[in-house]
Amino acid sequence: MKFSEKWLREWVNPSLSTDELVEKLTNAGLEVDAVEPVAGEFNGVLIGQVKTVEPHPDADKLRLTKVDVGADELLEIVCGASNVREGLKIPVAVIGAVLPGNFKIKQAKLRGVPSFGMLCSSKELGLTDSADGLMELADTAPVGIDIRDYLDLDDVAIDIDLTPNRSDCLGVAGVAREVGVLTSTDVCAVNNTDVAASTDSVFPVVVEAHDACPRYLGRVIDDINPQAETPLWMYEKLRRSGLRSLGPVVDVTNYVMLELGQPMHAFDLDKLQGQLTVRHARSGEKLTLLDAQEIELQSDTLLIADDNGPLALAGVMGGLDSSVTASTTKLFLEAAFFAPEAIAGKARSYGLHTDSSHRFERGVDTALAKLAIERATALLLDIVGGKAGAVTEKSSESTLPQPASIHLREARIARVLGINLDEAQVEEQLSRLGLVLNRVSDGWQVTVPSFRFDLAIEVDLIEELGRLYGYDKLPKTRPQGTVLTTNITEKATQLERLQNVLIDRGYYEAVTYSFVEPKMQQLLAENELDPIKLANPISADLSVMRTSLWPGLVQALVYNANRQHERVRLFEVGRVFKGNLENIEQHRQIGGLIYGDRYPEQWSQKQREVDFFDAKADVEALLSIAGGDVRFEADTHPALHPGQTARVYKNGDAIGWLGAIHPKLNKSLDLNGKVYVFELGLSAVLAAQVPEFEALSKFPAIRRDLALLVDNSVTAGQIEHCLSKNDSDILKSFQLFDVYSGDGVEHGKKSLAVAFHLQHAERTLTDEEVDALIKTVTETLEQSVGAAIRS
Amino acid sequence: MAELASQLQALEDIVATAKQAVAAAQDNRALDTVRVEYLGKKGKITAYLKQLGNVGVEERPVIGKSVNLAKQEVAGLVESRTKTLADAAMEAALKAETVDVTLPGRNSDVGGLHPVTRTLQRIERYFRDIGFDVAEGPEIEDGHHNFTALNIPEHHPARAMHDTFYFDADKLLRTHTSPVQIRVMEEEQPPLRLIAPGRVYRCDSDLTHTPMFHQVEGLMVDENISFTDLKGVLSDFLQAFFEKPLKVRFRPSYFPFTEPSAEADIECVICGGEGCRVCSHTGWIEILGCGMVHPNVFKHVNIDSEKYLGFAFGLGVERMAMLRYGVNDLRLFFDNDLRFLKQFS
Repeated sequence: MKFSEKWLREWVNPSLSTDELVEKLTNAGLEVDAVEPVAGEFNGVLIGQVKTVEPHPDADKLRLTKVDVGADELLEIVCGASNVREGLKIPVAVIGAVLPGNFKIKQAKLRGVPSFGMLCSSKELGLTDSADGLMELADTAPVGIDIRDYLDLDDVAIDIDLTPNRSDCLGVAGVAREVGVLTSTDVCAVNNTDVAASTDSVFPVVVEAHDACPRYLGRVIDDINPQAETPLWMYEKLRRSGLRSLGPVVDVTNYVMLELGQPMHAFDLDKLQGQLTVRHARSGEKLTLLDAQEIELQSDTLLIADDNGPLALAGVMGGLDSSVTASTTKLFLEAAFFAPEAIAGKARSYGLHTDSSHRFERGVDTALAKLAIERATALLLDIVGGKAGAVTEKSSESTLPQPASIHLREARIARVLGINLDEAQVEEQLSRLGLVLNRVSDGWQVTVPSFRFDLAIEVDLIEELGRLYGYDKLPKTRPQGTVLTTNITEKATQLERLQNVLIDRGYYEAVTYSFVEPKMQQLLAENELDPIKLANPISADLSVMRTSLWPGLVQALVYNANRQHERVRLFEVGRVFKGNLENIEQHRQIGGLIYGDRYPEQWSQKQREVDFFDAKADVEALLSIAGGDVRFEADTHPALHPGQTARVYKNGDAIGWLGAIHPKLNKSLDLNGKVYVFELGLSAVLAAQVPEFEALSKFPAIRRDLALLVDNSVTAGQIEHCLSKNDSDILKSFQLFDVYSGDGVEHGKKSLAVAFHLQHAERTLTDEEVDALIKTVTETLEQSVGAAIRS
Repeated sequence: MAELASQLQALEDIVATAKQAVAAAQDNRALDTVRVEYLGKKGKITAYLKQLGNVGVEERPVIGKSVNLAKQEVAGLVESRTKTLADAAMEAALKAETVDVTLPGRNSDVGGLHPVTRTLQRIERYFRDIGFDVAEGPEIEDGHHNFTALNIPEHHPARAMHDTFYFDADKLLRTHTSPVQIRVMEEEQPPLRLIAPGRVYRCDSDLTHTPMFHQVEGLMVDENISFTDLKGVLSDFLQAFFEKPLKVRFRPSYFPFTEPSAEADIECVICGGEGCRVCSHTGWIEILGCGMVHPNVFKHVNIDSEKYLGFAFGLGVERMAMLRYGVNDLRLFFDNDLRFLKQFS
């Protein structure tokens, strides 16, 4: 809601500066978004009248004018505007004037002809954003007067960002009422004198949809003057509220809407047939709106129609065919109350949002229609003349919202607000809002006036009390409450611990969008997962929900690689979205990516590119925190290098992937060099067990090393699997500590060295026991992976 | 006696040459050779003793004592020389091992958290420490949890103001973290104290809006929770977060799911309330929305609003991070530019 401060002060004029007024409004919940001067900063601009216009000797588009600004002599001014003509009254910036942007007017020569000033457009004075030629002033404008005084420009436009519940302030009168309450200042009463009918003309109205339209008022005005113009004062008020002038009739309806908050509409009576009906649309009906677009009407849309069909979208926008034009001489004026539920969402469903729908969706005072139609009639008779008919009113008391009656309990006020207000304070504050209070045993029965339709339940009144008391004056307290229990489980590790491991290993955390580009997703997805698609994406490259963290991480890598980062380590924790809309899986994953040099550039170590085992070490570090039985198996993934892909298992479940991005994708992903990625289900990684203590042996441990010769195809995992099946009590652990192939090893074979750590819990091991175990192990390895022992 | 004197002189000569030999030894091997030469079984002092066969009985103790003293003296010389040599060797070795301690350490490679996570962790720590749980909820939500149960019926103007991303008529990306309130209250009865951090989505993208951002929702429900408690908890939190006793202002506002509703402003942390570009010259910065849980919300989750009262709040994490660290462009949070990320490690 944007309005001129001077206009507001015509209604209520507290002794506050503009800044104080604005602060008052903001602190009362009517947040002031902007306070802007209603014109640019300028001076030295007078009202002038063009006396003569002659062509410029050397320029087709320029004219030489003589202009009267009330001085002894006419000013010779060169002008380029096409609408300059003899007799026209215009703003004239005289020598010495300063226009917006600190543009100083000096004597100048234009194509050799001296010019003593400048004729101005409204844009040049900072009154409008655009202008078509000179600003034309009324014939009655007094020559020689400063335009600032004439237009009363020492004013500001206040823009309030109203919350949806305060649509009662979508009119200057409503804001004035609020200011009156906040400052205890008297407010001008709305004029409610009726205009007596001076013609018998009426146009019949039938309301079929009583629920949607509980009240409809209409009135005929005959014989208006189509040549009439909008008066300057109205033009300026509309302009300061951000509205363009659209001819006097529409201007009056807009003016009344801004003044009182009641949207109105005027039809050209000559275009109406039969009777006017307020009804819902029928299937197949169409309507061409004021903005010339034709819409097909949905059956739940409320219409104003005549015998020929739809005329207007009720409460949203009028139709083109029945609209008031420059040749209209008879009007049918409408002021109605449409139920918010009937209008809500309708404008939006047609891609519209109008000042009218904005108000009706939020709610309009049911009592306003009557005041508004009389106010508009009076203004129209003043401005365009004519004869008004009697008001036709169709009201349905049963569907018209009734003022709420609310039981307000004294004790509840204290419980909600946290302070005790005394009886007099409550009564004084609520009465100021226009509420009527009746004392009952535990509080009051409160009747709400029609203009505060947002107040419906007890707590609404308590909010009003808090608001008027001043939120800022309420004390700050610390809650007194029940002591709660808390969860200190060891069955899940804290996410923070995982993040710290990766950070300590050189990773930076990234946060990437949850929606990604479909093509990127497809390239990096596991299998042919069909991603969940947004119906209204912000752009095509953010249109499907990610099924993996990799698209975002790869994109972040590309971004950084393009900015000369040759070493990138990134991770992200976030949800991925799988399944379909009927069955959405949205679990958190932890994923990472490494690229470029293994080490930060430094002086002491031989540099090399990262490889699979660097990434694997990071994954192992992550998984070691919560523990569990972890295993990596060679597997295939469409986005990964077939020889460098591992499926990661924990406690027997597949929980993620590790591998090198497939080199064939480098080009389409805009990558240059090897990239290793991993991604694991977060809850699986976090799952931990409570440690169980095992007694420490007091007896010496023995290490035995074995060198095994196996086929190249035998994996470390196979050997590990085979050894882990040994259930001997004395085999504490084993580890693979060397892999060798080449000189001295048969072609196609490799040599693996395994260390075995043996220990008995209760006594020193004997050679026989150790030899027996090693023999068993050796035999098992021979049988299952064809290992030969190298001596 | 002259015999004795000359015998003793001979011993002294041996000691004197030993002294020279010890001093001349440049390493442990040479020194050992000297030791054997004088103190060994076939050494000069032993040989000297052996050739004393003809010394008189009464002179023997004198000679014996002198020989012992000579042995001790030579042994002492060798020992001291050993130590000198060892010290010199250590010194030389240390000198050779001297490094340039100003060179960087090997593989000092520590990354960092994203500033949003860093901010979230601080907020979570604060609220955990005052007894709040951390709750989570789905990001693909339904209209019921995101709107209806929060007292935002269909076609309510507040729905249109949310710029929602939809999948179909019902499924959507949550526009705020408030649906987590509903999900928790559907499952649990008061007393409740929780925060719900997470990603939220609005179909809006320009200089000051990204289509995804983070919020933290807070909820406290108990038998005696009032608006003044809300003011207390949030003022304390904001001052702790910014580590400053800054001014906090509460203004009436409107959210369908709270009544009374408020917006909290803090004194501008950039200009200290003097007025600057960041605070649009007002000296105040809008920081969070809050209010007392609306009775209709309690009704949707079957909590008795006569018995229980509660407050809820929601704050924007990027905004908090921007003000805390002085970041001037929201979009930087999602570019993941390492030059940006490295500033928060």
